[in-house]
Amino acid sequence: MSRTVLQVNALRKEFSGVEVLRGVDLQVEAGETVAILGSSGSGKSTLLRCINCLEVPSGGSVWLDGEIMGYQLEGNGTLRRLTERRIAAQRRRVGMVFQSFNLFPHWTVLKNISDGPQSVLGLSRSDAERRAMALLSRVGLKDRAGAYPRQLSGGQQQRVAIARALALEPTLLLFDEPTSALDPENVGEVTDVMSSLAGDGATMLVVTHELGFARAAADRVVFMDGGVILEQGSPTEVLDHAREQRTQDFVRRSVA
Amino acid sequence: MGTPVSSEVRRVDTAVPPETTRVDVASARAPRRTWTWLLAALVAVLAAQLVNMLVTNPHFEWDVVATYFRSETVLTGVVMTLFLTAAAMVIGLVLGGALVVCRMSANPVLRLVSSAYIWFFRGTPQLVQLIFWFNIGLLVPDIGLGIPFGPVFVSGAANDLITPMLAAIVGLGLHEAAYQAEIYRAGLLSVDEGQVEAAKALGMTPARMFFKIQLPQAMRFIVPPTTSAVIALAKGTSLVSVIGGAELLFAVQEIYSQTYQTVPLLIVASLWYLIITSVLNVMQFFVEQHYGRGATRGGSTSMIGRFLERRGSVRDLGVERGNES
Repeated sequence: MSRTVLQVNALRKEFSGVEVLRGVDLQVEAGETVAILGSSGSGKSTLLRCINCLEVPSGGSVWLDGEIMGYQLEGNGTLRRLTERRIAAQRRRVGMVFQSFNLFPHWTVLKNISDGPQSVLGLSRSDAERRAMALLSRVGLKDRAGAYPRQLSGGQQQRVAIARALALEPTLLLFDEPTSALDPENVGEVTDVMSSLAGDGATMLVVTHELGFARAAADRVVFMDGGVILEQGSPTEVLDHAREQRTQDFVRRSVA
Repeated sequence: MGTPVSSEVRRVDTAVPPETTRVDVASARAPRRTWTWLLAALVAVLAAQLVNMLVTNPHFEWDVVATYFRSETVLTGVVMTLFLTAAAMVIGLVLGGALVVCRMSANPVLRLVSSAYIWFFRGTPQLVQLIFWFNIGLLVPDIGLGIPFGPVFVSGAANDLITPMLAAIVGLGLHEAAYQAEIYRAGLLSVDEGQVEAAKALGMTPARMFFKIQLPQAMRFIVPPTTSAVIALAKGTSLVSVIGGAELLFAVQEIYSQTYQTVPLLIVASLWYLIITSVLNVMQFFVEQHYGRGATRGGSTSMIGRFLERRGSVRDLGVERGNES
């Protein structure tokens, strides 16, 4: 009964001769939370960035809800890359949360969240702001609507960034190391919001170093190494009973 | 381990040598800066001498300065200088924008043409360009409007079409555009790459991303050099006197060529240039205030800013702006 939201087939990416992704196959079902682990340089972030076309893949394909991302099949079978405008339309269905938050510093918190619904989805200003306020209370920051991002702590900024990504009601949420830039005491407030999203049935793909979050909130854990998925399974299978030596080493290093 | 540490601190307290408690840095004086003060005194003497010379030297002819300061010829020249500055700046801002879009485009033809333009107009002197435009009739005797390589609909002799004023506006404007394009580019490059990625990830179209995310943030880095460019341009309009454009310098030259009061009339022109550039400085402050939103947590770095902050008016402005958005 579960529906496949994301389908990644034999995805490859190279940067000036260096292969960062070497054939990644991944499937994410609706409502599933998938945590991606792996040491730096294993290709985790590149995989996320290829999914919403921030990077152009070198080979393979990414499908969202049965539609190929970044390309269109023409009548005669030719595959043609879409223009930036068309890619922008596709990206609206994928929310992304960045390691460095990337809130728009010249806009208030409220404007950061309500701009997307207003300009991209065409909601009226009052509807967009009502949606933004609802999301702000969901991430526990209703009283900071009028603040500018620089006036907030890292954890608060990241929660605003999550609200901003949610405002477009995306089919899939991508998190690119959302807690790596935070002070240790701010990590919890962000992972709490993410866990609650996962519990509410959001479809999420989370690149993270927080093994605790992966264990508690992920339905599935994927371990990447050297540009491929080395193994995947339930949190217990991968974190406690890994088949591969490299996975075991990674888990041991991360806990220590 | 907690308790022993605090008891140790208490023991240090009791062991304070009595003479150290008699000293309190609150009563300390500033360090001696003998050499700095000697230098300052020397500078002050030189400055006083300069002021004295300005007042007592009869060759300044301050009464003549006063006579001509608001004379009709001079005021017409001021208006013309302001008009030339504004017209050339508008061309510079608009054409510079088009140039930077081409320069940063993915299309190699647009990139090459834009780079070649900037290379040429930055690489040749403004005065040469002005004289060149004034004499464009020697190169292109007839100027017309039509289809490239095709029929021409209207045309006229270049010598009739190109007045000193038109040559000045075109010459200054095209030159300004080359510099302005580079100012825009520097501003756009200063915007964090993450901002572009976040805008893309939110499904913003390239146009909206440019105007709503990149440009407003780039403005903080575009405004200061642009004001410098306007100031340079306002002064640069004096070059137009060479091709007979009736701007400020030309106006005072016209007067002193008859009265031979060269020095006082050059002072009249200088005073007007100073007034124009000072007004531009104040305008720069307010534009920077506008685009600095969300960028700093307070504290102005400009002289005007510190002056207004002391008077409390900046804080009021900031509050207003915070509520509005």
